[in-house]
Amino acid sequence: MRKVTCVIIGGGSAGLAAAIELKKNGIDDLLVLEKGPEVGGILNQCIHNGFGLHEFKEELSGPAYAERFALQAEELGIPIECNTTVTAFYPDKSIEVSNKNGYEVIQADAVVLAMGCQERTSGQIQIPGMRPQGVYTAGTAQRYVNIDGYQIGKRCFILGSGDIGLIMARRMTLEGAKVLGVAELMPYSNGLQRNIVQCLKDYDIPLYLSHTVTNIEGYPRLQKVTISEVDENRQPIKGSEKVFEVDTLLLSVGLVPDNTLTVEAGISLDARTRGIEVNEYCESIMPGVFAAGNVLHVHDLVDYVTAEGRKAGRGAVRYLKGELPERNGFVTKAGNGISYVLPQRVDYPSEDESVEFSFRVRSPYKNASIVVKNGNEEVKRIKKLALLPAEMEKVILPKEVLTTIHDELVIEVEEA
Amino acid sequence: MKYDITIIGSGIIGSSIAYRLSKYDCSILVVDKENDVANEVSMANSAIVHAGHDPEEGTLKGKLNVLGSRMYPQLCKDIGAHYKPVGAFTVMHSKEQQATFDALVERAKARDIPYEVLSAEEAKKQEPNLTDEVIQVLSMPTTAIVIPWEVALKQLQVAVLNGTEVKLNCEVQSITPNEDGYTLHTNQGEIETKIIINSAGLYADEVARMVGLEVEDVIPRRGEYFVLSHDAKNFAHHIIYPIPTAKGKGILAVPTVDENILLGPNAEGIEDKQGVNTTIEGLNYIRKELLTSVKNVPFYNIIRTFAGIRPSIASKDFIIEKPIENFINLLGIDSPGIASAPAIAEYVEELLELPYPIKENYETKNPYTFRFQELSVEEKDAYIKEHPTYGNIVCRCEQVSEGEIVACIHEVLGATSIKGVKKRVRPGMGKCQGGFCQPLVLEILARELHCKPEEVQYDQLGTNPVLAWKGGREDA
Ligand SMILES: Cc1cc2nc3c(=O)[nH]c(=O)nc-3n(C[C@H](O)[C@H](O)[C@H](O)COP(=O)(O)OP(=O)(O)OC[C@H]3O[C@@H](n4cnc5c(N)ncnc54)[C@H](O)[C@@H]3O)c2cc1C
Ligand SMILES: Cc1cc2nc3c(=O)[nH]c(=O)nc-3n(C[C@H](O)[C@H](O)[C@H](O)COP(=O)(O)OP(=O)(O)OC[C@H]3O[C@@H](n4cnc5c(N)ncnc54)[C@H](O)[C@@H]3O)c2cc1C
Repeated sequence: MRKVTCVIIGGGSAGLAAAIELKKNGIDDLLVLEKGPEVGGILNQCIHNGFGLHEFKEELSGPAYAERFALQAEELGIPIECNTTVTAFYPDKSIEVSNKNGYEVIQADAVVLAMGCQERTSGQIQIPGMRPQGVYTAGTAQRYVNIDGYQIGKRCFILGSGDIGLIMARRMTLEGAKVLGVAELMPYSNGLQRNIVQCLKDYDIPLYLSHTVTNIEGYPRLQKVTISEVDENRQPIKGSEKVFEVDTLLLSVGLVPDNTLTVEAGISLDARTRGIEVNEYCESIMPGVFAAGNVLHVHDLVDYVTAEGRKAGRGAVRYLKGELPERNGFVTKAGNGISYVLPQRVDYPSEDESVEFSFRVRSPYKNASIVVKNGNEEVKRIKKLALLPAEMEKVILPKEVLTTIHDELVIEVEEA
Repeated sequence: MKYDITIIGSGIIGSSIAYRLSKYDCSILVVDKENDVANEVSMANSAIVHAGHDPEEGTLKGKLNVLGSRMYPQLCKDIGAHYKPVGAFTVMHSKEQQATFDALVERAKARDIPYEVLSAEEAKKQEPNLTDEVIQVLSMPTTAIVIPWEVALKQLQVAVLNGTEVKLNCEVQSITPNEDGYTLHTNQGEIETKIIINSAGLYADEVARMVGLEVEDVIPRRGEYFVLSHDAKNFAHHIIYPIPTAKGKGILAVPTVDENILLGPNAEGIEDKQGVNTTIEGLNYIRKELLTSVKNVPFYNIIRTFAGIRPSIASKDFIIEKPIENFINLLGIDSPGIASAPAIAEYVEELLELPYPIKENYETKNPYTFRFQELSVEEKDAYIKEHPTYGNIVCRCEQVSEGEIVACIHEVLGATSIKGVKKRVRPGMGKCQGGFCQPLVLEILARELHCKPEEVQYDQLGTNPVLAWKGGREDA
């Protein structure tokens, strides 16, 4: 059995950042395992610009952003095996690996999970009607169009205003298809504001807020999509139907962390994020098992994924060097108006100068405050002009505050 | 060429009959209008080999279900199909159901079907997600699950190896009698045959009328389902039925062979035999009704919805008869059609009284017994060293390798569509529903079948996922 000090599962942005951090800190016996033919993950199909504003202060395409990290990993001599899939992961940190050379078990001392996410599908959101050809998840469509170079449809409607859907609205238009509109169930968009402007407004593509698809017709190929307005309980309103004659429906209705391996290993998931629960080093309840990127919670900006990968890498370094003390901290809680807070626990409050918390609001707010509480006592308040569920928020707490928290740290929204 | 026997329909019924008859020294043809074996009713159902306590006394359904379920273990061993006797729990949750419950127990006893009556506590120990209203449970340990299209395909493969011919994409449009048999008029031309076996499922009434028989209408009754991902596999270990009512078996939770869970089906009479659409009303009904027998339903693990259509008839029992010379009619083969399939085939064989001798050499076993996924780590490693494509995982949800996909395209009655591959080796059945692997499967199909990517169909003609290649990538 091969022994490796630290295995990183997945060579996307998160996995690469973790590996680079480990290597720079003296962990040489590393291995990045990547299922695809090259590293970079989902970025390889995101050929539009807009990546790297935080990391590099410039706008790169997805592949260009990924390449910077791939090159760095190469220069550092990090061992990467592509076309290699992890097929099982066990609590003792052994993993099963398959590629064209064989099938083997690798025993690791530490593991970083960086498997990315999957798209929610039409089955998951249960669109009623027929199941004809022509209904694609936006990411799959993106792959068909951008990587494989196929034409997939001529008249297109999009359900869901997630970023990939918005970007595909523009992509399909540029590819010569007619995009008739985007329907979003919620009264607000789930995509970044800049994507609404650059991908819809600039191309005169209408956005139907508080609408959903209520019927799909046509067989074998999609012919018609019916959308209806929804009431405040998100139930379709009779009589509000609009019919679009299209041959393609793209779904951009959310992403879910790909934790197939994790669940099989018996690690339970946070019901909100659908990722594992972690501490401030992205370390799971199982010492030595770390997670970062979209496998942990879905990110909208790759720069944050990179930062999280580094954090997990740093955690793995300290774990491997035996530098982490006894766990003795507190849990975090999503209070009023917040859907989740990461990390779910702070295990080593006195170890670092500060800890960064990420969270999302449940619904949009204007002129509200983010309030951080130690139990009932307020420790921090930040005024916000606008808060959107689509945009991940962050708050940093210094050591002086962290060491005073004993039970529970609550983050909540307070309306003005 | 003139065939001795032509079987119309390659569903589980037609395939079981072909398997059984292929030992005779005569020429047999199976035709199906679809581009793959078992692509209609046998593709979308609950996949249960019921033990046989449910059908009423004195019915053909009762008789053939009991017999069929006893034949299944050996059949599946012979043909190398999955068979899992997970057992069933029929759950009584109100005192009014006592009489029905007792009748089921009596029938099980009379038909010599193993059963046990469990108290609520005993049952909940095994199935913690039963509702708190459960009073008692009828446990049927021999109730099993199979993969119906696999049972069909594996039998038909053996038949082909014994000399049976199969014509897919071949729709029987009309039938005329000739001096000693029939001429089938199809979209692929005329086919001469002596004997016809009508196992056309939803269209069996139409086929019967083609030879002038007056038969009942097939009344399509739709059943909708949710599919839960592997993440929910521990939700139910047994098939969980409520107490049946006049309307049917009720809403079930059914574990599948591949460790998913099905929730459904409802039963709704519809007009269109192709109406496999799902409806908001139907799915909401399932969500609600399910809660009479189970709680903590992990609805967030739903990965898909689908619908199947029962080929029901008003008179309810199976009709299997030889109403005229050289014509076997099978009508109203709805549930328990799967459970009864091997017994139906035997029954048809007896009805036929074929004059042909039995071949000296014929197969009953399917030679495709190799299951890569079931190998140990060392065996997998050794196998990949010889066959490297088995190490290349294409589908990450179900962990299917390129080697398995290529093999299922090239075996007898191999896959010709993305759905065909999905039926045989499962890429696309998992959580991402093909989001990651469909482009790869499409490429493999195009390569292996020597066609253009835009010619690769998801299912039937017109379901090609890509319309054209615009160029761009060197190796595409
Ligand atoms: C379709 C899509 C479009 C996006 N568009 C934008 C955008 O326009 N702008 C922006 O800033 N952000 C965008 N994002 C967000 C951001 O780019 C991603 O969140 C980020 O790239 C995710 O990085 P990751 O490393 O977590 O996951 P990924 O990039 O998905 O990497 C995971 C890697 O793990 C591999 N893997 C998975 N399972 C296994 C296994 N069992 N064995 C081996 N390898 C495995 C995968 O092959 C993959 O390469 C997008 C995300 C998606 C999904
Ligand atoms: C919702 C639902 C749940 C069920 N659950 C169960 C269960 O749990 N257990 C159980 O035992 N049974 C169950 N059943 C019943 C079972 O599925 C059927 O009895 C069985 O699949 C019928 O098989 P078949 O071969 O007769 O029909 P099919 O599989 O439909 O085969 C008929 C074939 O004939 C072909 N055909 C039709 N017309 C023509 C033509 N003119 N020319 C050429 N080919 C033609 C069709 O293409 C089709 O492939 C269920 C059914 C449904 C719908």
